[in-house]
Amino acid sequence: MSFPWAKHYEPKQPLMRWLDEKLPLPRLVYNAIGAGYPVPRNLNYFWNFGVLAGAALVIQIVTGVVLAMHYAANGTVAFGSVESIMRDVNAGWFLRYAHANGASMFLAVVYIHIGRGLYYGSYKAPREMVWLLGVVIFLLMMATAFMGYVLPWGQMSFWGAQVITGFFSAIPLVGDTIRIWLLGGFAPDNAALNRFFSLHYLLPFVIAGVIILHIWALHIPGSNNPTGVDVKGEQDTVPFHPYYTAKDGVGVAVFFLIFATFVFFSPNLLGHPDNYIEANPLSTPAHIVPEWYFLPFYAILKSFTADFILPAKLWGVLAMFGSILLLFFLPWLDSSPVRSANYRPTYRWFLIVLVFDVLVLGYVGGAEATARNVMMGQIAAAYYFAHFLIILPLVSAAERPRPLPNSITEAVLAKHGGTAPTKTALAG
Amino acid sequence: MATVENNIPPGEDPAPYHEPAHDPRRRDFINIAAVSFAGVGAVAIVLPLINQMNPSADVLALSTTEIDISKIAPGQAIKSSFRKQPLFVRNLTPKEIGEANDVDVGSLRDPQTLAERTKPGKENWLITLGVCTHLGCVPLGAGEGENKGPFGGYFCPCHGSAYDTAGRIRQGPAPQNLHVPDYTFTSDTVVTVG
Repeated sequence: MSFPWAKHYEPKQPLMRWLDEKLPLPRLVYNAIGAGYPVPRNLNYFWNFGVLAGAALVIQIVTGVVLAMHYAANGTVAFGSVESIMRDVNAGWFLRYAHANGASMFLAVVYIHIGRGLYYGSYKAPREMVWLLGVVIFLLMMATAFMGYVLPWGQMSFWGAQVITGFFSAIPLVGDTIRIWLLGGFAPDNAALNRFFSLHYLLPFVIAGVIILHIWALHIPGSNNPTGVDVKGEQDTVPFHPYYTAKDGVGVAVFFLIFATFVFFSPNLLGHPDNYIEANPLSTPAHIVPEWYFLPFYAILKSFTADFILPAKLWGVLAMFGSILLLFFLPWLDSSPVRSANYRPTYRWFLIVLVFDVLVLGYVGGAEATARNVMMGQIAAAYYFAHFLIILPLVSAAERPRPLPNSITEAVLAKHGGTAPTKTALAG
Repeated sequence: MATVENNIPPGEDPAPYHEPAHDPRRRDFINIAAVSFAGVGAVAIVLPLINQMNPSADVLALSTTEIDISKIAPGQAIKSSFRKQPLFVRNLTPKEIGEANDVDVGSLRDPQTLAERTKPGKENWLITLGVCTHLGCVPLGAGEGENKGPFGGYFCPCHGSAYDTAGRIRQGPAPQNLHVPDYTFTSDTVVTVG
């Protein structure tokens, strides 16, 4: 694992030496996020977001475990117990707002983390497994976020559960049976609420486990970098600690500033007022929308309005799940050997268009289903699939990339108007 | 102890034992049998773990509901509840029945006539679940003054599915007509659903 010049853990204190012999846990940490992990010297602030996602998960687990001490997962009292957390439990409002906004922060940094991977080609060989595990984490996060949103048992919670479990009824023949099995009833009720609570508590720990695999898989080839060029020698890297622990510290501080702004100044900005009305199975809110982080996928679901061989509803559900499952194939859809979009002038533009396209999908997902919005959603959804299935393979075959630097060090020195590349770098 | 013929001189090893070549060997058979036994046991334990997710007895016990329909005037509808899902009971006017029967059944997404969706001689009583067949929202149109949509039946505000006066899907993403539950008229004014 890692590079031959990585520093070795040498405990100096007798106690640490004793511990290292019995259980080399400090050694593991040292090699994972300490001085024993050499990292490219040229990482920019986009490389903060992995650590930020980890910090967000810790916040969610800590606030979530505490909230579970006050929450009651029963349809008759769940809504009241959340209100009691807000009004009666000491600092309960703070814990709940931190947990609710923490979910948004978690998804936000993960989206940027995914975007970083797309731009700098971090999904390509030899890091395919890192990417695949990342997509698994993303799917687990979506399931966890959805089930967590059901727990307050407000109107949006209830109808969100109704609509999302309704996806499964689109499956031919067995769909309704599966839906009733998932819900434990004919509509969301106590049984569904209880099992969602159980799984919402479980899944974050599963996510933590997959994150360990994600980091493990990352540490075999080592981190990617903004040039996408492989590390060629010791002069291309610096130890993770103290260089990137310090840089990540800056990012964490900014993250907490933004997070605190939401929690203390507009805690309900990203929520829906309807969720402060208790769940009512006999009345649907006029305008059902999911949380912001699901809107692009919701827009893809909504963009199928006519039957074509299969029912429109099944198409919508297939396309929505397909839009995420597609990401599993990304390392093989992009055949360009150049990783970083900085050296791929054509791909770079299409990637910027894709980001814009996802933002359009997000807008359509939250907007009312007028003819204009539906049309816009259909075009944007079609482009999303075209990007991965048509544009990306064609561009990676036809594109003429810009010349790559010979090494990370050469790129860094050139950027700062430094000396000409050294002989070692050229030889590397 | 029974006498055993033993021709090996003291101090020498017995000839190595060669097991007769069977395929599978006795040992393979025991291995397969033991793992299969454990596998059957594992499946037997998984079954209740899966089945516990299905609706429990108290949820299934709510499966019939009696409704008094004597107070519903023609053109009116009520929202009731059946298996914790909304249920629409609608007393159609002759005009609405006419509109439903004027439609060419072959042109519908889910072809059904009004007669197939009601009981003989009770064609004015349209009893459906109030659950949109798209993703399960409650359509509007049963309450006084609610939007009945372009076909005068029900309109789902979530994704814009429109149902006609027979509760049939006419426009929007829903794949099927509003479901008609099993029900019987126990008297002229009481319906038992389920």
